[in-house]
Amino acid sequence: MSDEMTAAARPQSSADTTPMVLAESVSKSFGSNEVLKDISLEVKRGEVLCLVGPSGSGKSTFLRCINHLERVSSGRLSVDGQLVGYRDGGEKIYEMHPKDAAKQRRDIGMVFQRFNLFPHMTALENVMEAPVQVKGVSKAQAKARAHELLARVGLAERADYYPAHLSGGQQQRVAIARALAMDPKLMLFDEPTSALDPELVGEVLDVMKNLAASGMTMVVVTHEMGFAREVADTLVFMDGGVVVESGDPREVLANPQRERTKAFLSKVL
Amino acid sequence: MTIDNSSRAVGTTPPPGGSPERAPAKVVRLRHPWRAVFAVVLLVLVALFVIDASQRTAYDWPAVGKYLFDRRISEAAVFTLLLTVISMIIAIVLGIVLAVMRQSQNPVVKSVAWVYLWIFRGTPVYVQLVFWGLIAIIYQTIDIGIPFTEPWVSIPTTAALNAFWIAVIGLSLNEAAYMAEIVRAGLLSVDPGQNEAATALGMSWGKTMRRVILPQAMRVIIPPTGNEVISMLKTTSLVSAVPFTLELYARSRDISVEIFNPIPLLIVASLWYLAVTSVLMVGQYFLEKRYARGVGARPDTPAGTVPTGAMPAVELDAEADPGSLRHGGDAR
Repeated sequence: MSDEMTAAARPQSSADTTPMVLAESVSKSFGSNEVLKDISLEVKRGEVLCLVGPSGSGKSTFLRCINHLERVSSGRLSVDGQLVGYRDGGEKIYEMHPKDAAKQRRDIGMVFQRFNLFPHMTALENVMEAPVQVKGVSKAQAKARAHELLARVGLAERADYYPAHLSGGQQQRVAIARALAMDPKLMLFDEPTSALDPELVGEVLDVMKNLAASGMTMVVVTHEMGFAREVADTLVFMDGGVVVESGDPREVLANPQRERTKAFLSKVL
Repeated sequence: MTIDNSSRAVGTTPPPGGSPERAPAKVVRLRHPWRAVFAVVLLVLVALFVIDASQRTAYDWPAVGKYLFDRRISEAAVFTLLLTVISMIIAIVLGIVLAVMRQSQNPVVKSVAWVYLWIFRGTPVYVQLVFWGLIAIIYQTIDIGIPFTEPWVSIPTTAALNAFWIAVIGLSLNEAAYMAEIVRAGLLSVDPGQNEAATALGMSWGKTMRRVILPQAMRVIIPPTGNEVISMLKTTSLVSAVPFTLELYARSRDISVEIFNPIPLLIVASLWYLAVTSVLMVGQYFLEKRYARGVGARPDTPAGTVPTGAMPAVELDAEADPGSLRHGGDAR
């Protein structure tokens, strides 16, 4: 499967050939329930990869394994050439102390379906929190940067609002700014528009499109096929914990090869 | 149900639908005449009770007035307040530690907290206070050093701990067990997504707790803690079991023995307890306000009524095909 995947992914010509994300035979079980079965794929620098599939297909679990919010049961998952949450011991890999894993997560931004903004902090404080607390950036510096990022997601005027007083779309844009404040080299999106009212989806996708255009490496779990078609370099269709099909999104969406992909797409398109 | 057709009631907006000649219906709210009746009846009953009480000699109101601001009583009130505040501070800190221990992944740490709760919540506080009072008989000296060797320091227990501090230990260790459960409820009330978001940002466990989880848990923790503070204020009346006898209830009992009349002193003590409770309630109000920041609507639901602005390039096209990208043509 590994070879097939590498061939399918559209490589972007880049001097540094280390893939941003490399999954090698990743499996994950919750008890006897195997949710990921031998997943191998890679995400190149600057690539936007969209993961689609029915719910329960393991796509969100896989995403959460990338930044070690979930443990993997076997296999290797590395970001920028480094295992996340594990120390390489050749045959075996050893789980790190949470403190060391926390350090690795600084470079990986994540955006959640339910936004998960800190409700007791204003939009500005949400964006400042991690740089100040984790990186030790000075408050003044973090504040200037937070204002900049909020402006970038179109929320300059909402800096002093608490999350409860922002719409879902605005909250999600603050969440994106919060993740960007750590200057990540990789952004993970876990169904970022699924909890939004339909008319608010576009504003979040717009911010994500801009981010993709700026060269950010992104892994996006989504149901927005239009976004995948337009922005993604690679579309990966997962079902039952395995990668069923992957490739150029326009090709996969227009001309799916597998029956399961066809059946799924006929329901969502 | 009355429709007021007077010209005064005509609104500025045109009436919807096809009846332009009818003014918008004026809304008459439901009246509650019985509330006033009950209030009057209650007032009469209270007045009767007060007039009757003021004439009963057994209450001995002159004695109440005489001892209300007696120096011994006001000093006792200070001791009661000190016992309450110091015990509660220790109990809250220990309670947070125990609650965090119970949430721990480490089974050893978890069991330690469980056993603590089991013992201190499972036995009456009065019995515990009597036990602590006897501590100097059970352990005559407090030794610091390596076990089974000659201690470096050895001080007699009675010299290290007077009755006041023994009372504080007894009250706070008991209260910590209850506070632990209150804090745990608070921690459980915080959406697990908060922990995930903080973790994903690279925050350590301690930072996540201090900066993200605990401030949110406080909203759930404060009301029952206020309850516990007030409960503690009154539990201090049990420390005569130690025996510590300088607090409010013990003191007023001493005086009532002197004057052979317990009733006025009970009133005096009650008035002081009420006064202190009232002050504490004001404090709680301000604390709750402090930790209510950012609360107003459920933060995790998209509030449809909030205007979505500040993003001029975005056109909110509600008629767009659901499931397709809405801004495909945006030149950005």
